[in-house]
Amino acid sequence: MRPAALAAYADACVTANPHATHRPARRARQALDQARESIALALGASPAEVIFTSGGTEADGLAIGGIYAARQEGAARPYLLVGATEHAAVADNAQAAGGARVLEIPVDCMGLADLDFVAEHLRRHGQETALISLMAANNETGALQPVTELAAMAMRFGVPVHSDWVQAVGKLPLSLGGSGLAAASCSAHKLGGPVGVGVLLAGRRTPLKAVVGGGGQERGVRSGTLDARGAAGFAAALEQALGEDPATLERFLAPLDALIEAHPSLTALTPSGAHLPGLRSFAVADAEGEAMVYLLDQAGLACSAGSACTAGVAQPSRVLLAMGLGQWARSAVRVSLGWESTAADVKALVAALPEAIDRAQVAARRRAAPRTRATGRVPEGRG
Amino acid sequence: MKVLAALSGGVDSAVAAARAAEAGHDVTAVHMALMRNRAQTRQGSRGCCSIEDASDARRSAAKLGLDFYVWDLSEEFEDLVVRDFLETYSSGQTPNPCVRCNQFIKFEVLAERALALGFDAVATGHYARVTPLGGCWTTPSACVDAAKAEPPPADAQEIGTVGETRGLLGDSLLAQGQGVDLRRGLEPAKDQSYVLAAVGPRGLSRCLFPLGGATSKDEVRREAERRGLPVSAKPDSYDICFVADGDTRGFLRSRLGERPGAIVDQTGAEVGTHLGAYGFTVGQRRGLRLGRPAADGQPRYVTAIDTASNVVRVGPAASLAVERFAVRELVWFAPESRRAAGQATGLSCQVQVRAHGRALPASVNLAPLEPTAGTGERAEVFLAEPLRGLAAGQSAVLYDGDRVLAHGLIAGPSDWPGDGGRHG
Repeated sequence: MRPAALAAYADACVTANPHATHRPARRARQALDQARESIALALGASPAEVIFTSGGTEADGLAIGGIYAARQEGAARPYLLVGATEHAAVADNAQAAGGARVLEIPVDCMGLADLDFVAEHLRRHGQETALISLMAANNETGALQPVTELAAMAMRFGVPVHSDWVQAVGKLPLSLGGSGLAAASCSAHKLGGPVGVGVLLAGRRTPLKAVVGGGGQERGVRSGTLDARGAAGFAAALEQALGEDPATLERFLAPLDALIEAHPSLTALTPSGAHLPGLRSFAVADAEGEAMVYLLDQAGLACSAGSACTAGVAQPSRVLLAMGLGQWARSAVRVSLGWESTAADVKALVAALPEAIDRAQVAARRRAAPRTRATGRVPEGRG
Repeated sequence: MKVLAALSGGVDSAVAAARAAEAGHDVTAVHMALMRNRAQTRQGSRGCCSIEDASDARRSAAKLGLDFYVWDLSEEFEDLVVRDFLETYSSGQTPNPCVRCNQFIKFEVLAERALALGFDAVATGHYARVTPLGGCWTTPSACVDAAKAEPPPADAQEIGTVGETRGLLGDSLLAQGQGVDLRRGLEPAKDQSYVLAAVGPRGLSRCLFPLGGATSKDEVRREAERRGLPVSAKPDSYDICFVADGDTRGFLRSRLGERPGAIVDQTGAEVGTHLGAYGFTVGQRRGLRLGRPAADGQPRYVTAIDTASNVVRVGPAASLAVERFAVRELVWFAPESRRAAGQATGLSCQVQVRAHGRALPASVNLAPLEPTAGTGERAEVFLAEPLRGLAAGQSAVLYDGDRVLAHGLIAGPSDWPGDGGRHG
């Protein structure tokens, strides 16, 4: 956690329930309100449009499930459109929305959503569409989606648009007010705040129902005692992150970009044009991402292959499969810089990569051999 | 040495990793993800395939202070183990997927990857002893000796591999013609030399079996408890890990489709029906659901499986007795034994044909025929006393006392063309 966020987290002297009325509770409430105002200001929303959640996943789940349910009132609107490269928090909650006809918005080989597909769909089924969700920046490749354009298009049909901002907050200029969006999801820990706190920004007129019932502490749609400390930590981290220049991370990454460009085995998966600052994804020809991660980890460099998930079992990247890059799905490596990263980290990575690539390629070749042998071993028509 | 310890999430592999680290090796832990769609929790006594097992492995590694990774080998497992399982059953034989997993996944795919990434050996929790060059890697004290041993010279030649990584202790021993001995584990009830023999001397030359010298499972469990490992009381696994509910025939039907057919007795009379001739095993008695009893009232057993005509044959126990059978895909540990098997007098040894069966006295002669493609080197095994229920596709391991001499797969009639099915 950023020291500033940790300090705010510790200082928010709140053992009390912020929803009670006694003096300690009021102190907690004050910390919470301050955090809400600060976050609202930073993200172009009003405090009433800030709904605290337990993180980005819950924010996505509330947006997808809650808007979809609210949009079924008065008319049947079964269509729910989500980008093909969305995070599971969006994709799975869309599938789980009762009675929804989920359509994936296809992406091109750079991961960009096909807005013609959306336009065509809205022309035919605009009145039967409950919601569209498209992320601001992809967590695996850093591709930026045309969210503003999409929101403008959908607005003509009165269809609300939600955007998963989890990866983008603090790294891109974002404003709910100026976006045309109905809702957007954010998470504190992605920008150096505490884990376990997030926000759904939802416009005042956004149709939204509770997904989990209870006391309805947050605008009647999100229940549970709020974590005032976490909110304070989030606000502090966000304030600091917005004071930093994302171009710094891009400058740090210049040596890596040069290596990806020059090395015959590397292929950039992050768009060279507009992309999320501080993230690079690349494929290593004839190598397994897992082997790369092991070798770099042993050299003290924390990178990822595919997307992290349960039990640390790497799965072929859904994002790359959707982009039609299935051949790279097992060999992609992702480098994310955060607030702690330095130019020296990137230099160390660039220094370690060539040997790691060589070694991982040897491993993949040796691994391929027995497969071929065993296939040849099985006699035809045995029996 | 730099050692990669394969952690299944069970007690044996965790203690093996602990012993290897204690012996002074530089140990890194890895858990193999062998199934793409893993169950969240362990069911029954199935091995290592649930996410709960992966968590157990991770917690054990953390307790031992080892770096821990999960490697996805599910594609290779499907390709090399599950597909072999289906093909072997489709051909009317009975596969042993644990043997195939050792042979193709643990000590081939995993080991090759480990070596390429800079490891010197793979450690597992198998109960067997591997003895290179007279020294023993499998007891803690010997582990220390091996750890202290000089690494091989940088120019050591490897046999049959891409020579791009540094020379390996095991491979360089082989290059010097030293060979590798595989011996039974000291605890007879847990001995796993039978399921390891197929790996062969080259594959085993890069293994550490720190439990080979363990004299009982209780000893290993007590050690796990003493080390504070969270898996010390975890039950042993017996069932086929990828058959989720233990229903092998149901799994085969779901993957191969139903093929209803007849069950006939030795006279050719139809005595029952089945949903697919695959999935039966020679010697099987239970689950046949025969409509009427045999004329003599004696129990009937599966005596033959013909998947081409989709017929399962049953008969009395006496018809199961076999005095000689053929083996294919021979892998030798002992060159002098292979030479003896090539002589007319044959190789005198013991043969074990099932995982926890007795080793029986036998004489083995290498097949005089030219090997046909796909069946490798073959031999004929003559038993000193008849054996019942020999299932083609299973391993036949030749022993001299506790030392493994060779591994072969029991051949079915179709593996022995022109023989009229006399064998097996």
